[in-house]
Amino acid sequence: MILDQKHLRFQKLCRQFAETEFTKELLDRLDETGEFDWDIFNKMSRYGFCGVKIPKEYGGAGGDYLSYALLVEEFARVSPVMSIYANTSNSLGGGPLMLAGSEEQKQFYLPPVAKGEKIMVFALTEPGAGSDAGGTTTRAEEQPDGSFILNGRKTFISGAPVADYCIVFAKTDPKQKGSRGISMFILDMHLPGVSCGKPEHKMGIKGYPTCDLIMEDVHVAKDALVGQKDKGFGYAMKTLDGGRLGMAAQGVGIAQGCLEEAIKYAKERKQFGRPIANFQAISFMLADMATETEAARQLVYHAAQLKDAGKEAGQACSMAKYFAAEAANHVAYKAVQIHGGYGYINEYKVERFYRDARIVPIYEGTSQVQQMVISGMLLK
Amino acid sequence: MKIYVCVKQVPDTSGVVAVNPDGTMNRSKMPTIINPDDLNAMEAALTLKEREGATVVAISMGPPQAGEMMRELLAMGADEAVLISGREFGGSDTFATSQIIAGGIHHLGIEEGDLILCGRQAIDGDTAQVGPQIAEKLHLPQVTYATEIVKDGNTYTVKRALEDGYMKIQVKSPCLITCIKELNEPRYMTVQGVFEADEKPLLILDYEALKDEPLIEADTIGLKGSPTNIFKSFNPPVKGQGEMLQGSVKEMAAALADRLAAKHVI
Repeated sequence: MILDQKHLRFQKLCRQFAETEFTKELLDRLDETGEFDWDIFNKMSRYGFCGVKIPKEYGGAGGDYLSYALLVEEFARVSPVMSIYANTSNSLGGGPLMLAGSEEQKQFYLPPVAKGEKIMVFALTEPGAGSDAGGTTTRAEEQPDGSFILNGRKTFISGAPVADYCIVFAKTDPKQKGSRGISMFILDMHLPGVSCGKPEHKMGIKGYPTCDLIMEDVHVAKDALVGQKDKGFGYAMKTLDGGRLGMAAQGVGIAQGCLEEAIKYAKERKQFGRPIANFQAISFMLADMATETEAARQLVYHAAQLKDAGKEAGQACSMAKYFAAEAANHVAYKAVQIHGGYGYINEYKVERFYRDARIVPIYEGTSQVQQMVISGMLLK
Repeated sequence: MKIYVCVKQVPDTSGVVAVNPDGTMNRSKMPTIINPDDLNAMEAALTLKEREGATVVAISMGPPQAGEMMRELLAMGADEAVLISGREFGGSDTFATSQIIAGGIHHLGIEEGDLILCGRQAIDGDTAQVGPQIAEKLHLPQVTYATEIVKDGNTYTVKRALEDGYMKIQVKSPCLITCIKELNEPRYMTVQGVFEADEKPLLILDYEALKDEPLIEADTIGLKGSPTNIFKSFNPPVKGQGEMLQGSVKEMAAALADRLAAKHVI
């Protein structure tokens, strides 16, 4: 796919911002402390990155899916965790409202999210409901006045400790089995009864805290329900379609970042009297890495184009996520291998990329879930 | 108030310089960037616009490919962009270039209260002549090497950086100020700006559009009208990497003396 001038310009902006702002000092600090960095988030917000895909009428820039994919790819190429900072509002945070929110909900919640003044995150996973999201046990009991009481525990909720709002899925009709009878709510994180667990110590993506979200008799108003009652599971799946595209782009960015580091190192590092890039064992690894990265990129851009054209893109998004997530790991593995012992030391960028890459085939639908989606469509 | 910002597309200094047989640069064969000092001028214009309200017009002379650079300036926040482009203008040196840009600005109109901002110099030619020459040809006052610009009504107080200090000058608009990198930190394009840049006006002025301007005369523009003769263009030789000595002044001086003695310099 050949990018047009507008997308090339946007890619250039994302690349300039990432290469200049995501300094080694910042990335080391995020990795060491695991804490959210408000300064960089606020700067990203000022330039409009949090609202790339949010429509103009709700305070965003009204960009398309391809722009969104370019944003995540370019940020992840320098720092996967930074790509999450810019991703959430455009994807799992703002996505459900754009998909199913009422006009009032969109007008109220989206503009501050697009501007980065408020942070909105997404809570579907539970201790007993991961890939099987239909196993949701969080309960929302409807009251006579139409309000709801929420009780339950969500787990691995990225951004929960810093969030103002959270999209929560809860069972409204326990009589309905599996994925039915689940509804989608927008939860104000400052309400009584809402609390967060201890931030998890993760392998990678450090600096964007992840924790459990606990709801104990949380009373939410009637208008906290987003979309139709009992139809929440469908909204979750559709939101994840778009989210998958973002995480696929993250995989491409990680792979590209690893490839560039590996090329640089292979040219610099001398063994047996010559740069290791001159050995076929290394140069062929680089060729494989570049090919896999480019194939992943084309799958991502193609899926984005399908979505932008309003065509069915579920299978394309799953293929892109599956392939790009695996590619990121293959490429990161080889990048560390080319670096030898130095690749195992955290002075070198590939060490962090390798840890960050590992989550991509897990979150927003594991590679195995993507295989289920793809094969399910083939065999229906 | 209208602020013209003169901008030049220059070869990326990290790339290789392509040279035409006549010694001029083959710009179409080189990766290009916006001249860094010009970005400082753009930032100064956008800051003034935010504080005082103004229409910011980015103006450049160059091949049609420079159009994308103009879009990037619009994405940074310029309101309008003007590209002076035509075969007749090709190969211009600083004398001819300033003649043409001055003609373009005169064509667009400059009034009391307006301002022209330029970068100090372009990284490809390093002459620092075009800005001052534009001012001369438009009969406007000029202040060069600005590190601070303060507006008070139609008067600007400009702090000029000199080698051994600074100078503060008051100047009435319309005037021309050249900016250096110490003036500010240029902003990036914005996300919104990128998406809206294609909807903003980009005016192309060719020879036909400017030929009636008093400053535009066929024998003072383009390669023919350029008094400069280029003897040779080349990539500067790569310098060896310097070495920074560490330690106290005494230790560093001793280490340096040892090195010089080893090379029989002292």
